Amino acid sequence: MDRIPILRMGEFLLVTIQVDMHDQLALTLQDDLSEHISRYGSKGVLIDISALDIVDSFIGRMIGTISGLSKIMDAETVLVGMQPAVAITLVELGLTLPGVSTALNVERGMRLLRERVLAQ
Amino acid sequence: MDGSQPISIEQDVVLARQTVRRLAIECGLRLVDQTKLITAASELARNTVIYGGGGHMDWEFVEEGTRRGLRLVFRDEGPGIADMKLAMTDGWTSGGGLGLGLTGAKRLVDEFSLESTPGVGTRVTICKWN
Ligand SMILES: Nc1ncnc2c1ncn2[C@@H]1O[C@H](COP(=O)(O)OP(=O)(O)OP(=O)(O)O)[C@@H](O)[C@H]1O
Ligand SMILES: [Mg+2]
Repeated sequence: MDRIPILRMGEFLLVTIQVDMHDQLALTLQDDLSEHISRYGSKGVLIDISALDIVDSFIGRMIGTISGLSKIMDAETVLVGMQPAVAITLVELGLTLPGVSTALNVERGMRLLRERVLAQ
Repeated sequence: MDGSQPISIEQDVVLARQTVRRLAIECGLRLVDQTKLITAASELARNTVIYGGGGHMDWEFVEEGTRRGLRLVFRDEGPGIADMKLAMTDGWTSGGGLGLGLTGAKRLVDEFSLESTPGVGTRVTICKWN
């Protein structure tokens, strides 16, 4: 697989990362997402990482970049499903993901996105 | 050493993570320690590819009394690190990284040692105990 699928749900985009991504795959996802946001005028991006059992500095940086990029393009990003062991490890690694919104699961993430978009 | 695998290209970083996961489980590390060790290994393997021009990861199960541990060595014959103190500074990168790989990996494991000689290569050894 050389691409992570991006699902369109109305004005939102949903990405479920289910494979251990090599670096190029992560970069491709970053490009694909910004391309989708601009093409469809999406208002929000939900990234589900519940299947990931590690997030290292590279993936962490990608998540931060996507969040920053989407902000510039007037969209919100919410990261959902981070496993507790991953969260603990990220903090110790020194990666705090500033500016990235998180939610426990997809349902709550969607609710957060809707609230954000409505508030605008 | 109990085993070794090459780390030459980006995909080898993924393979290294998979190997370390398997070994960490075999070693009896609890989940959060597995996650920490795999993450540290991912950082070091990527450095081996990007800065070291490729190299190897060796592994060894270690024992001390009733404790078991897993020791990993990342070695390359690349350019080496001229200023190790600088390289071990949070946030310092010679490339486009976050400069968190070495310092972050050190925080995630129980033992960490960095040896590097300019023009000869780099060797990072880490160990996690259960
Ligand atoms: N195997 C190596 N050979 C030569 N230089 C290295 C090696 N590993 C690390 N370095 C040097 O040490 C610096 C710091 O490495 P570190 O992994 O901490 O950060 P980074 O790789 O630059 O960024 P990040 O890992 O956060 O993406 C690197 O920028 C590089 O100059
Ligand atoms: Mg690095």
